[in-house]
Amino acid sequence: MALDDHKNTDFKFIGTRPDRPDGLDKVTGRARFGADAYAPGMLHGAIVRSPHAHARIVRIDTTAAEALEGVKAVVTRADFAADLSGEFGFVLENVMAGEKALYDGHAVAAVAASSALIARDAAKLVQVVYEILPHVTDVDAAMAADAPVLNDTYADATVPAGLHPNVVRYHDSGHGDVEAGFAAADLIVEDSFKTEATHQGYIEPHACLATLGNDGKGELWCTTQGHWIAQKTCAALVGIDTSQLRVTASEIGGGFGGKTTVFIEPVALALSRKANRPVKIVMNRSEVFRATGPTSSTSMDVKIGMMKDGTITAAQGVFRLQGGAFPGAPMEFSAMCAFAPYNLENVKQIGYDVISNRPKQAAYRAPGAPMASFAVESVIDDLCKQLGLDPIEVRLKNASREGTKASYGPRFQRIGLVETLEAAKTHPHYTAPLKPGQGRGVSCGFWFNHGGETSVSLALSEDGTCQISVGTPDIGGSRASMALMAAEVLGIAYENFRVTVADTATLGYNDVSHGSRVTYASGLATIKAAQDAVAKLCKRAAAKWGIPEDAVYWEDGFAKPSGANAGNFDPIPLAEITKDMGSTGGPISGHFEATPEGAGVSFGTHIVDAEVDPETGKTAVVRYTVIQDAGKAIHPTYVEGQFQGGAAQGIGWALNEEYIYGEDGRLQNSIFLDYRVPVASDLPMIDTVIVEVPNPGHPYGVRGVGETGIVPPLAAIANAVSAAAGVRLRHLPMSPPRILRALKAQASEG
Amino acid sequence: MRVEVHLWSGLRSLTGGLEKVSVEAASTGELLAALARDYPQLAPVIEAGVSVAVDGRIIASSLTEPLGPDNEIYLMQRLKGG
Repeated sequence: MALDDHKNTDFKFIGTRPDRPDGLDKVTGRARFGADAYAPGMLHGAIVRSPHAHARIVRIDTTAAEALEGVKAVVTRADFAADLSGEFGFVLENVMAGEKALYDGHAVAAVAASSALIARDAAKLVQVVYEILPHVTDVDAAMAADAPVLNDTYADATVPAGLHPNVVRYHDSGHGDVEAGFAAADLIVEDSFKTEATHQGYIEPHACLATLGNDGKGELWCTTQGHWIAQKTCAALVGIDTSQLRVTASEIGGGFGGKTTVFIEPVALALSRKANRPVKIVMNRSEVFRATGPTSSTSMDVKIGMMKDGTITAAQGVFRLQGGAFPGAPMEFSAMCAFAPYNLENVKQIGYDVISNRPKQAAYRAPGAPMASFAVESVIDDLCKQLGLDPIEVRLKNASREGTKASYGPRFQRIGLVETLEAAKTHPHYTAPLKPGQGRGVSCGFWFNHGGETSVSLALSEDGTCQISVGTPDIGGSRASMALMAAEVLGIAYENFRVTVADTATLGYNDVSHGSRVTYASGLATIKAAQDAVAKLCKRAAAKWGIPEDAVYWEDGFAKPSGANAGNFDPIPLAEITKDMGSTGGPISGHFEATPEGAGVSFGTHIVDAEVDPETGKTAVVRYTVIQDAGKAIHPTYVEGQFQGGAAQGIGWALNEEYIYGEDGRLQNSIFLDYRVPVASDLPMIDTVIVEVPNPGHPYGVRGVGETGIVPPLAAIANAVSAAAGVRLRHLPMSPPRILRALKAQASEG
Repeated sequence: MRVEVHLWSGLRSLTGGLEKVSVEAASTGELLAALARDYPQLAPVIEAGVSVAVDGRIIASSLTEPLGPDNEIYLMQRLKGG
């Protein structure tokens, strides 16, 4: 079947909203999350963490800890693989410090003991002698000439000469002549913006249970978005063969990009090897904040020129991303996504990846894009206001379309930005009256989406039901989506499927559940595996009828002869073929393994109403509408949930969430009481509109929706808040103190 | 056959300032190998991970995608997500 055979056809199952198959398990507590694993003789691990932002590790004395009754093992960097380089080297350095502790919370040793309490007590007995070094935690300060150097070998070949060694990667892209473009503008707005680091805020902390014997064979149970990458990374870090480590992904209590790497898992394995017992480690919330990946904080400059009719003549942006102690801040994605919604003849974007004495950043839904969108869409909002233009009309006038040369270079294939803007323009929200003190903001956003290595197996049972094995942890309702797509191909009821997230020993390699790829790539693989099974079912029917295989087709769960020439046979239902499959050729399964490369990019448009209390600076988001192109919504309720989740997290990022470091370089708000995520009373009803412009690279047109939804909120909320407050807010989060300062500054300026 | 490859300008310092380079390649794999061979300073960047955009379709990792002289080809940062 050609890729696009099903596109734009009526579906029987796709687009319906059945109950999620894992729902009952999760609401009754039957589902097993990361911390729900136990093993006979299990020990508990605890990690010793640096209290200093930057310090040389002079000596570690584990004697007292090892002497404590109940302690079975203590590990330091010496217990891990030596001579790792590249990405594995950075991960190891983050998992367990070598010569230097690079941030407050950096792991320097770990213990395993017979109880969690003894392990924590023993961790306090590990004596570490530090030589404290100067530190830096701010991105602009880290680029300054006199900034302390974290490591003078991290910069790669892209970094121009003369920059501080803390600048470790550089990106520069664009096309046209921006100076000529600015010269043609009627109005130019140039502004600077900052955003603070935020955490993905998943409700489940990192947790794992590991066993590793001296024979180099191990098992790992952990909460992760990608157990194959966990397998590969952990095996490298503890120095065993990849295939000898079997990894099972638990149910996951949220990840949002923060569980795409490893932190405690290699430590548990190293402790297990030393103690010859299973070891369980569960992070507390403070450890999650101090030592797992928040986003990058940013410092950005954006300049855009516009004509009186709203045509953008030129745009440029500089995006400086603080990525913590190791390279990898997603500044390329900031730069490449910043202006992607717009068809620009002249555009230039520069990105800097800057290391500092903070925990290594980790991906957080569309990494790098939300912050860049905040800066760019704020400037566009200012231009619209100053020129008296409608912000949606201006975005429509400049919108990227099929064939547009993207700001990052290539031409877009079929995309749905214009459709989201048209839907926004006609949505009742856009013209609803505002109350005094309220403001409205709009913003567009873009994300690439991703394919990645994918394997799926689909096994039919004798009773005509079906088991699907996927390798992508279910972080957004993918079990339901896979069952719906398989039901569409096989033509049997959704309830006849059970979808299992297989472990690393039972399926081929699978890339991580990230990049909005699961419904796209695992979905495509599921469809192909189901088609493989259908071909085998048709073959069995053909054998029974004594006709050629290609004279049989599959429809609505039945094998049917393809026409009068094929013969006059009654259709055979799936269950009748599987009932006898053991005696007609053996079990029937479908398989598909590939790296799909047709992920379609995605755009969204958000509308927000906000109300600002000028006395307290408190902001309330009073109405929110998300409009996004899903390509095709397989299970619309989950698509809406992704839209709403992105908006809710965006509200937190825009209004309250931030990492606050003291002058001593230590994190000051490492628990949820001090790091304020939105609660139910902070959120309005979040309305959603699903736009469906099919992705040409997927059988049913799926684009993936997990990430685009968090790109526009920061800017849309900032534009709404700025309109309500009467002053442009340039620094996120727009917490009450920052809003009050902005109001005060505006008043003093007269 | 020879194909043209657009480079983001951060890479241009590694190719003597060239915005576009031409190499002999019939697939994405041959393209990356030819770039690393003809422009050795690009090799570490390619080794660290890149994607290739072919007529707007972003190829994240496949080395077997066919290429022809009429394709619009961009070397890009390796895509991933959150």
